[in-house]
Amino acid sequence: MLVGHQPKEFLLAVEALTVSFDGFKAVNDLSFYVDENEIRVIIGPNGAGKTTVLDLICGKTKATSGSIQFRGKELTRMKENEIVKTGVGRKFQNPSIYDDLTVFENLEISYPRGRSVFGALTFTRDAAVRDRVHEVAEMIFLKDRLNMSADLLSHGQKQWLEIGMLLIQDPDLLMLDEPVAGMSVSERTKTAELLNRIIKNRSVLVIEHDMKFVEDIAHKVTVLHQGQILSEGTMEKVQNDPKVIEVYLGH
Amino acid sequence: MTDNRFFNRSELIGILVLAVFLVVVLPLTLDVFRLNLVAKYLTYAFVALGLVICWGYGGILSLGQGVFFGLGGYCMAMFLKLEASSVENTKIQSTPGIPDFMDWNQITALPLFWKPFNSLTFTIAAIILVPGIFALIIGTAMFKRRVGGTYFAIITQAVAAILTILIVGQQGYTGGINGMTDLRTLKGWDIRPDHAKVVLYFFEVGCLFVCIMIAQFIRHSKLGRILVAMREKEDRVRFSGYSVANFKIFAFCIAAVFAAIGGAMFALNVGFMSPSFVGIVPSIEMVIYTAVGGRLSILGAIYGTLLVNFAKTSLSETFPELWLFGLGGLFIAVVLAFPNGLAGIWADYVQPRIDRLIPSRKSKPEGWTDSSVANGAPAE
Repeated sequence: MLVGHQPKEFLLAVEALTVSFDGFKAVNDLSFYVDENEIRVIIGPNGAGKTTVLDLICGKTKATSGSIQFRGKELTRMKENEIVKTGVGRKFQNPSIYDDLTVFENLEISYPRGRSVFGALTFTRDAAVRDRVHEVAEMIFLKDRLNMSADLLSHGQKQWLEIGMLLIQDPDLLMLDEPVAGMSVSERTKTAELLNRIIKNRSVLVIEHDMKFVEDIAHKVTVLHQGQILSEGTMEKVQNDPKVIEVYLGH
Repeated sequence: MTDNRFFNRSELIGILVLAVFLVVVLPLTLDVFRLNLVAKYLTYAFVALGLVICWGYGGILSLGQGVFFGLGGYCMAMFLKLEASSVENTKIQSTPGIPDFMDWNQITALPLFWKPFNSLTFTIAAIILVPGIFALIIGTAMFKRRVGGTYFAIITQAVAAILTILIVGQQGYTGGINGMTDLRTLKGWDIRPDHAKVVLYFFEVGCLFVCIMIAQFIRHSKLGRILVAMREKEDRVRFSGYSVANFKIFAFCIAAVFAAIGGAMFALNVGFMSPSFVGIVPSIEMVIYTAVGGRLSILGAIYGTLLVNFAKTSLSETFPELWLFGLGGLFIAVVLAFPNGLAGIWADYVQPRIDRLIPSRKSKPEGWTDSSVANGAPAE
């Protein structure tokens, strides 16, 4: 059925992706591929279209043309909640958590069961749910804050909580938009440690500005500029690419 | 008490106090006329209860609950009206056996859509289903397209206006501006004498507690927490794999069905139904009851409804022209100073004192939250 060149089994294959807002092409004919268990970092100057790429993958923004294949499924035609069910998790730039609920309840809502209206009505907080919430809370350094209202957490803790909410979904592809922005140095170190622990058995797509952090975690780096790929490869290769130095790192 | 899916300890106390108040205190202290007034007020409490779920928890402000109150009320009134329009009761009409207002409007046969309302079973089903399905249609049309917030509120207002115009315009089928009056019996049992009013009052209170239990169940389910989560961070809920639209539709439909039950109770207890309970003004008043009681508190909404209506009755008797300004001022004051209404005042000022007097022996089970579920102050 499939004709022509077929890439090997990628987890995520973005091909010829374009989105245009009133004629402005925020993402322009973009193609890239993410392997299983790969940490890919997207960097680029402001307005390069980094967040838009994540929006396109998770369905928040509809593509004008092009394709996004995730495990062979075409995401561009699916609804947001269906995309989540295929195994894509997304963290937003600002910590997006439920302030009026406790840490426990925040994590519980993300537990992947009872996602329909009647499923939610009949959902019971059984041992499996509790154990999983505890396990994740321990990972994200919040295990003694489970009964605390989420709005009392610090900025860094809120970021971790949102990462935890994604972990509990156990996605195959985790997308993080600036996970360490606004964090203190020690929180950054802990976050890098956390990310290195949670990437087992999943791929991660990260947008980040902090070069030190990128170096710490990235397997491969993609540099975006004006909606297109400027350079792609290892951190070392990208850093030495004259085009990259000119538009981005050199400034 | 985590395994109780309906209430925790303080809520149970609150519900018991309300039950004693409605079932024992009021019937013993009020005469039948006043008790019937309370019954009328309580019909709005059903609406307020629905608004707590839809607006308080879900953050969906509907300014058109009068529509559903009216649909429920008209379904009930149609049944009662047909029973009151038996051939012997209406033999002076040119067409006996049809409701009087049809006869006045030169209608000579019972319209097709009226016929099923000869059956009480059908009527009860219609009270739930007609507003429920109507809310489902509006909700699907709006929420699937991500219409929300102010736009949704304005559209519900428009629906309320349209339905009023429709009812008033179609006099021959609906009784027009006068509504359906002169309702007499329910399955041959006269609903007008005093003892019937008392029975109907208790029946209504019973239905109210069933609705309170349903609301409590929703609030303590994960669905209740998802509604709160949605109110705050809709996108986060969506990207956690939930269809936000479906949850909004559910909340809106529940609010509609509660309102409709209230409307049906109104027709029974007050003995008529008219378009003046359908339109924009009554719909907004219903929101004010909820706001005053506390939009996050199931029991608060009921006390709020009673209080505002008592005030309305006594003040509008004394200062009829000032009442509307008073109501508007009250709404502004509540929103500015006490956004959580009476329930908020109770939780902030009264509850702490009581807690100090009675040493608390609650040991909180894990993950349990008294306060965080929608900040639902256990209002009493």
